[in-house]
Amino acid sequence: MTELKLPSIEYAAIAPILIMLGAALFGVLVEALVPRRWRHLVQLTLALLAVLAALTMVVLSADERIITVGQALAIDGPTLFLQGAILVLAAMALLLIGDRSVERGGAFVAQAAVTAESADDRRQAEGRNGLTEVYPLTTFAIGGMLIFVAANDLLTMFIALEVFSLPLYLLCALARRRRLLSQEAAMKYFLLGAYASAFFLFGVALIYGFTAGIPGRSAGVDFATIHAAVSESPASPVLLFAGMALLAIGLLFKAAAAPFHVWTPDVYQGAPTPVTGFMAACTKVAAFGALLRVFQVAFADANWDFTPVLGAVAVLTMLVGAVLAVTQTDIKRLLAYSSIANAGYLLVGVLAPSRDGLAGTMFYLVAYGFSVLAAFAVVTLVRDDDGEATHLSRWAGLGRRSPFFAALFTFILLAFAGIPLTSGFTSKFAIFGPALEGGQAWLVIAGVLTSMILAFPYLRVVVMMWLSEPGESTPTVTVPGGLTAAALMIGVLATLVLGVAPAPLLDLATGAAEFVR
Amino acid sequence: MEETVEYAQATGLLGGVWLLVAIPLVSAAILLLLGRRADRWGHWLGVAAIGAAFVLGLSFFFQLRGLENKSVELSLWDFIAVGDLRVDFGLLFDPLAAVFVLLITGVGFLIHLYAVEYMSHDAGRRRFFAYFNLFVAAMLLLVLGNNYVMLYFGWEGVGLASYLLISFWTERPSAATAGKKAFLMNRVGDAGLAIGIFIMFATLGTTQYDEVFNGVGALTGTTVLVLGLLLLLGAAGKSGQFPLQAWLPDAMEGPTPVSALIHAATMVTAGVYLIARSNPIFSANSTLQLVVVSVGALTLLIGCIIGAAKDDIKRVLAWSTVSQIGYMFLGVGLGGAAYALAIVHLLAHGFFKANMFLGAGSVMHGMKDQVDIRRFGGLSKHMKITWLTFMMGWLAIIGMFPFSGFFSKEPIIVAAFERDDWTAWLFGGAALLGAGLTAFYMTRLFVLTFHGPQRWTEDIEHPHESPKLMTIPLILLAVGSVGAGFLLSTSVPDWLTQTAGLGGEHAEHEAVLSHAVITTLSLLVTVLGAGLAWFLFRAGTATAPQPAGVLVTAARRNLYTDAVNEAVFEKPGIFLTRALVYLDNRGVDGLVNGLAAAVGGGSGRLRRMQTGFVRSYATSILAGALLVMAAFLAVQAGWLA
Repeated sequence: MTELKLPSIEYAAIAPILIMLGAALFGVLVEALVPRRWRHLVQLTLALLAVLAALTMVVLSADERIITVGQALAIDGPTLFLQGAILVLAAMALLLIGDRSVERGGAFVAQAAVTAESADDRRQAEGRNGLTEVYPLTTFAIGGMLIFVAANDLLTMFIALEVFSLPLYLLCALARRRRLLSQEAAMKYFLLGAYASAFFLFGVALIYGFTAGIPGRSAGVDFATIHAAVSESPASPVLLFAGMALLAIGLLFKAAAAPFHVWTPDVYQGAPTPVTGFMAACTKVAAFGALLRVFQVAFADANWDFTPVLGAVAVLTMLVGAVLAVTQTDIKRLLAYSSIANAGYLLVGVLAPSRDGLAGTMFYLVAYGFSVLAAFAVVTLVRDDDGEATHLSRWAGLGRRSPFFAALFTFILLAFAGIPLTSGFTSKFAIFGPALEGGQAWLVIAGVLTSMILAFPYLRVVVMMWLSEPGESTPTVTVPGGLTAAALMIGVLATLVLGVAPAPLLDLATGAAEFVR
Repeated sequence: MEETVEYAQATGLLGGVWLLVAIPLVSAAILLLLGRRADRWGHWLGVAAIGAAFVLGLSFFFQLRGLENKSVELSLWDFIAVGDLRVDFGLLFDPLAAVFVLLITGVGFLIHLYAVEYMSHDAGRRRFFAYFNLFVAAMLLLVLGNNYVMLYFGWEGVGLASYLLISFWTERPSAATAGKKAFLMNRVGDAGLAIGIFIMFATLGTTQYDEVFNGVGALTGTTVLVLGLLLLLGAAGKSGQFPLQAWLPDAMEGPTPVSALIHAATMVTAGVYLIARSNPIFSANSTLQLVVVSVGALTLLIGCIIGAAKDDIKRVLAWSTVSQIGYMFLGVGLGGAAYALAIVHLLAHGFFKANMFLGAGSVMHGMKDQVDIRRFGGLSKHMKITWLTFMMGWLAIIGMFPFSGFFSKEPIIVAAFERDDWTAWLFGGAALLGAGLTAFYMTRLFVLTFHGPQRWTEDIEHPHESPKLMTIPLILLAVGSVGAGFLLSTSVPDWLTQTAGLGGEHAEHEAVLSHAVITTLSLLVTVLGAGLAWFLFRAGTATAPQPAGVLVTAARRNLYTDAVNEAVFEKPGIFLTRALVYLDNRGVDGLVNGLAAAVGGGSGRLRRMQTGFVRSYATSILAGALLVMAAFLAVQAGWLA
C-alpha cells in the first residue's frame, strides 16, 4: 500500500477563505448560544469584523502568486483583486442588510415559516425584529465566492458554486413584506440554479473525458491539465467543445447573460432589496471571476473557437437587457435588466484577450458593484406604509419631495448611462478600449448602440423624478439610518472618485492582471 | 527666446498649493448642500474661506520668494490619459500665478466682507456666497493650472459662476437676459479657446505649459498665427474686448459685489492672464502681436467713447473696465517687458476699480438702488467716506500723479510709443487719446454723483452713509488705489521676469518721443479732460435725455455694435435655427422616432416572453443551451470560423 501524500497548504494565502467560513460557523453557534436581544448586534459585528479581517489578509498577501492545496486553489493577482472586491462590496451589502431603522426590525422576515398573507404574517411585518440567520448565510455565501474566484480546478469551482448559491437561495426567500413574491423568487432561483448546476457538472464530466482521451497524459480537471490538453492537437474535440459549451452555460447563468438571464428580473424583484444588491454586486464579481479564469487559463488556446460564440452571447445579452429595460415599470426589474446588459459589457471584456482587457473587466466589476449597491440602497429608502414603493409611477416628482436623494439617484443613473465624470464612463472605456485593440470592433459597436438604448430608461426615471409633479401617491424618502447612509455614501463617492480619478485602481488592476497556471 | 522652460517640483509647504482651490470649493459645496440650514452663518463661512485662502496665498508667496527656481509644479493625478495624450491634474505656482492669487484672494476677501452687509437684506444671501466662493475656486484653478486643460476647466468654472451671479436675481427679466447674453457671447470666445487647445493636441501632442512653450519654436508661422488668434478670441470673449465686448456692461445686472469682483477686478482680466501666460506663443509671431495691440487700442477707445455717453453709474464703470482692459491688451500685445507693465496695470486696476464699484454700491445703498447719475448730485456732504474713497479711485483711474493709475498706465503709453515703425504714432496716439477721454468721462461721473446741485427723486429725503462693514473694505481699497501703483510698478516687473518663459528682454527701440514729453503730454490731456468735464458738469445736468449729435447718439447706442450683432449674427442665427428645427422635425426626428418606436415595440413583445413560469424559463435555458452547444460545435467544424 502506498503512503497517502498530503498536499501542502499555504495557510496564510487561503486565510481570507478560512476566516469567512470560520466566521460563518461561529455565527451558527452565536445563533444557538447568544440571547435573542444581543444576536443582531453580535452577528453584524462578527460578520463585519470577519470581512475586515479577511480583507486585511488579502491586502497583506497582495504579492502572493502560488497554487496551493494540491492544485485546487490559485492565489494570484486576479484572485486577490477579485477577493478584495468581493469583500469590500460585501461589507457595503452587510451594512444594508444590517440596517434596522429604515424598516422597523430590518428588511428580513421575523419568522421564515410563517404563512404568507395570514394574520401572523401581518403581525410579524409590523416591526418584530428580523431573522439573524441572515448573517451566517451571507458569510457562507461570501466564503463560497472567495473560493469560486480562486478555484483552480473544475470540481473545486463546482463546490464553491454550490457553497455560495445555496445560502443565496435561502436569503431570497426572507423578505419581510410581499412574502409570496419573495418565496416564489427563491423557488425559481433554486430550481433554475440547480438546473444550471447540472449543465456545469455535465460539462466537467465531458472535459474529464476529453483529457482522458489524450494518450500519454494523466486525466484531470485542473486548469493546467486542461490547458495542456487543449494546446496539444485534441484527439476528440467534440468532447472538448461540448464540455466547454456546458461549462459556459453554467457560468453564464450565474452571470445573468442571455438567454440564461430569465431568472434575473423575477429574483431581483422578489428578494429583499439588500440581498438583491448583494447579488448584483458580489455574485457578478464571483461569476465573472470564474468565467475569466476558465476561459483565459484553461481554454486560452481555444480562443479563436469560443470568441465568436461568446461574442454572440454578449451581443444578445446587451440587446435583451437594453431593449427590455425600456418598457419596465418596476424600479427593481429595471435595475435587473440593466444588470443583464452590464453582464453583456463584461463579456466584451472577457473576450479582450490582453492584460488591459483583464484589468478593465476587473475594474468594471468593482465600479459597477459600488454603483449598483448605491442604487439599491436608494430603492430601500423610497417607501410608504406598505414597504418599498418600487413601481416607477410612484417615483414621479420625487425630486420635489426629497431633492437630495433624488439627486444621488440621478447621479447613479447617469453613471449607469456612462456619462463622463462617473465611474460608468471610465469603466466602459476600460473595457471597450482593449476590446477594440483586440480586434473585437463589432462587440464595441454593439456595446455603444445598446448603451444608447439603455440611456432611455435611465433618463426616463430621471425625468419622472424631476419634471413630473409629485402625485398623491408619491412616497417620501425615509431618512436612512447610519448603516444605509454609510453604504449609500460609499457607493456614490466611489462612483464619483472612480469617474474622476480612475488611474489608481486601474493601475492596481493592471498590476494584478496576470493569472498563474 | 530660445531658452527652455523648466518647472521644479513643489516641495514642503508649497505641496499644499491645491488647498487654495480646495478650500473655497469645499465651502461652496457646504453652502449649497446644507441649504437653508446654513442661512444664519453661511456668509461668514464664505468670508472665512476666502480669508484662509488669502493667508495661505501669502505664506506660499513668501515661500516662493526664497526659492531658486521660482516656478514650482504640483502634479496631483493623471486627469486624462488616452493614447499619446496625457493631461495632468496639476498646478503651477510661479511669480505670475502668485500675484494673481494674491489679487484674487486679497481683493476677493474685502469684497466678500463688503457683501455680508450689502446682501444682508437679501433672502438668497447664502446662495450668493456659495456662488461667490465657487467663483473664487474656479478663478484660482484658472491661474494655478499647469496646462491649458486645467486653465480651460477654471475658465468654464468662472463662466458658470459669472452666469449664475449675473442672473442672481432671477425674478428680474433683465437679469435673466443679461446672464444669457454673457453666457452666449462667452461661448463664442470659449469655442475659440477650445479649438486652440485642440490644435495644441494635434500639432504638439500636449497641453502642458512647459512642453507647449518649448515646442512652439518647431511650429510653422501659420500654425502659430491660427493658434494665437484662437486664444485671442477666447481672451477677448472673457475680457469683453472687441468684437465680444457687448456682454460686459449688461452683466452689471448682477449684485454690485459681483460687478466689483468678477466683472472688474478678476474674471474679466483672465484674458490678459491667458495672453501673458501664453506669451511664448504670442512672441513667436509679430502679426499676432499686431492683432492683439490693435484689439487693445480699438477697445480702449470704444470703451471711452461709450462710457462718456452713459448715465447709469455701473455701466459707465463697466465701459471703463472694457477700456482699461484694452490698455492691458495693448500692453501684453506689445510684448517683451510690456507684459509686466500690463500685469501691473491689471493689479492696480483690480484695486481702484473694485474700490469704485463698491463705492457705487454704497451710493446705491443710500439712494434706494438708484443708478442714474443724473439723479444724484451733492452726495459729498452726506456720504463722506464713500465720497473720499471714490475720489481716490477716480484720481487713480484717470492717472493723476501720484495715484496708482499714473504709475501703471503711463508706462504702457510710453511702451506704445516705443514701436519701431509708424504704428508707434498710431497706438501711442490712441493710448494718449484714451487717457484724455478717460479723464473726461470719469470726472463727469464723479462730479455728477458727488458734487453740484441735488437732483434726487422725491422719495429720497436723507441719504445715509453705509455701515462699517461696507466702509472698511472701501477704505482699505482706497489705500490700495493711492499706494498700490507706485509699489507695484517698482517691484512687480522684476518679480515677474523670474517667471519661467515670460520674456524679460527689453525692446531695443527708442521711443519716437522722449519719455519726459510723453509723461507731460499724458498728464496734460488728463488735466484737460478732467477740467473740461468739471467745467461742463459742475452745475449738474438735465434729468431727462437731451437731443444730441451723431457721435453721442451713436455712443449711447453702444456705437451700434449691438445692432451689428443683431443683424449679422442674431437674425441669420434665428433663421438657421428655424431651418434646422424644420429639418430636425421632418428628417431626423422621423428616423429617431421610428427607431424608438421599433425598440419600444420590440421591448413590449419580448416582455411577453417573461411569463413568470419556471417551466418556460427552463425551456428557454434549454433552448439557449442547445444553441450555444450547436454554435460551439459548428465553430469547431469550421462553419463559422
